[in-house]
Amino acid sequence: MHAERIVENLNRAHHELFGRDPAVCLIGEDLLDPYGGAFKVSRDLSTRFPERVLSAPISECAFTGMACGMALAGEKPIVEIMFGDFIGYAFDPLWNLAAKSVSMYGRRVPVHLLVRCTVGGNRGFGATHSQSPQKHFLGIPDLELFEVNPFHDNVELLGELIDRGNPVLLFENKTLYSRHRIQDDDLDDLFSWRFIGPRQEFAQIYIEEPESPDAVIIAPGSVVFPALEAARRAFLDHEMETVILTPAQLHPFPLAPILDDLARAKRILVIEEGIAGGSWAESVATAIYSHLWGRLENPVICLHSKTSIIPCARHLEERVLLQSGHVFEALIGESVRA
Amino acid sequence: MHILHGSAQRISVVPPVVPIAAPESAEADIEALFLIRGFERLLLDLFSRGVLNGTTHTCLGQEYIPVALSPLFEAPDFIFSNHRGHGHYLARFGDVEGLLLEIMGRAGGVCNGVGGSQHLFRDGFLSTGVLGESVPAAAGMAWSLKRRGGRGIAVAYTGDGGWGEGSVYETLNMASLWRLPLLVVVENNAMAQSSHAEQYRAGTIEDRAHAFGVRALRIGGCDLAEIRNLVGPEIAAMRERPRPLVIEFATQRLGPHSKGDDPRSPELVAELWRRDWEAPLRERHPALCERTAARVGARLEELRATALQKPLSEWTDAR
Ligand SMILES: Cc1ncc(C[n+]2csc(CCOP(=O)(O)OP(=O)(O)O)c2C)c(N)n1
Ligand SMILES: [Mg+2]
Repeated sequence: MHAERIVENLNRAHHELFGRDPAVCLIGEDLLDPYGGAFKVSRDLSTRFPERVLSAPISECAFTGMACGMALAGEKPIVEIMFGDFIGYAFDPLWNLAAKSVSMYGRRVPVHLLVRCTVGGNRGFGATHSQSPQKHFLGIPDLELFEVNPFHDNVELLGELIDRGNPVLLFENKTLYSRHRIQDDDLDDLFSWRFIGPRQEFAQIYIEEPESPDAVIIAPGSVVFPALEAARRAFLDHEMETVILTPAQLHPFPLAPILDDLARAKRILVIEEGIAGGSWAESVATAIYSHLWGRLENPVICLHSKTSIIPCARHLEERVLLQSGHVFEALIGESVRA
Repeated sequence: MHILHGSAQRISVVPPVVPIAAPESAEADIEALFLIRGFERLLLDLFSRGVLNGTTHTCLGQEYIPVALSPLFEAPDFIFSNHRGHGHYLARFGDVEGLLLEIMGRAGGVCNGVGGSQHLFRDGFLSTGVLGESVPAAAGMAWSLKRRGGRGIAVAYTGDGGWGEGSVYETLNMASLWRLPLLVVVENNAMAQSSHAEQYRAGTIEDRAHAFGVRALRIGGCDLAEIRNLVGPEIAAMRERPRPLVIEFATQRLGPHSKGDDPRSPELVAELWRRDWEAPLRERHPALCERTAARVGARLEELRATALQKPLSEWTDAR
């Protein structure tokens, strides 16, 4: 029997949260049954909890602002942004209201607000429906960023996020929804995985017990798949041993649990679907340098999608978005030439 | 044909159709109507065969709006379109080839396959996929057109759901204040994706326009000649004495929001089809419709066959 699909897991996470905590509510577009949200994450929720599901007009700025007010009233709103590309409209209430409210008044004000937002390309939706906006939210005091991946259970994750007292943005790559969660210890014939860190901050995917891996790839969200493909090829073609580390939390980035892995690695890659220039991967690389300077064998390699808009046609989109081939080339790069 | 007046809060029922192509342009009108409808049907068919990638929003049921308005637009006018924009594009350019090849990502596409269904740009025409962006952009265009002293106007086609965005109201205020030649066309199909108007709209679009001192017309029915009779003088007046205008069409979306997502009951959709323009139009102009349908059908079939032979598009100025 297959594990649950990620969209089903997210949906169950909402149901459990709503069942457990009467302060939890959901606001966003097209949430009502039978539609249940553009990507079906809210399926059956409006039927079970009609009072707590607000299917809003197309007013991202105002309904995100409303969610801030709901949080200040002691509610625990979840906001669904149908496509992350539209979160620009919600930038002000998140940046200047929700995040600021936590600490702007001289004493801590808890803001229980979770904004979920669908991101990413590979679906042929074109330039305004495919972007990865994570980097635009980096480094805002008291705003925390997470990303859904195939390993972490969203039932636990959502429960934790809504109770943090800080506003949280959760990114959901749309290519993940239909994928199955990965639960068995053995990922396939080659890879095994386990959680590491005191709070299971990372999924660690490895071929054999990682002693001193040839490479470590830090790969959040959906880019774990190109990372896996590249790592498999690098092993089969070049006997390279790669460890993949998939964080649930993007920012602030929890570096401590993986410092040992990183210090032993001959090569470190940080990869993402977003584009370079004040990016998430660059911020992680900077953190790695400041902790491991002098112990690194090679410069940290950041891999992004091409600095470009995301075109619609499949053959053009592939040319722009990060592919496993890029990861593979970076993995073998100098080690093969050397 | 009637202009609906303020008291009608919900226009979920479209008034009975009186579909008449304008006598002096019957042939061109019918051709445009059939071309747009045939194009949208072809797209849905190609999608269901897995030939197309990505997504699309068809304007089935609403074709007559851009067909009615297009002859009223002049060369310097600039049209902003939205996600449901194929009819707007085809009514202006008739270019089914460039549009299909665009959506298929083949050589000859109007934006090299980069834009796709909802990001089109060509002389005097631009569409984009984020709701609430076109109305302010059109106001900026209108400001420039006015400053240059010509007769040009800027047109923004919007859906009724898109009026959820605050940018629309901020713009109405400025456009009224600064007397901008901005025409906002509202295709009010009383639906936004899966939602019904009564779930997302309080009050009326007309009253919202009036709140900013902007003139608003509400139009039901799809008699092309009458629409032009009503709207033509209004647009002509805007050209002489610049000011914003809102024209709201009570219309109906017959297809899914995009490809297969339609939570409405089949009975409701069937009821909407019974109020569609095509059957009465064919009754009124049987011979002309048959001839036109055949000609348009042949053009689209030929396009279907040749499009698949075309090489993939090239994006030469990619970074
Ligand atoms: C800012 C923004 N929010 C949400 C969407 C997603 N979306 C695309 S079309 C649509 C419904 C639009 O309804 P309406 O404006 O009435 O146009 P219609 O589809 O009925 O023609 C929605 C919610 C979007 N494209 N942009
Ligand atoms: Mg609508």
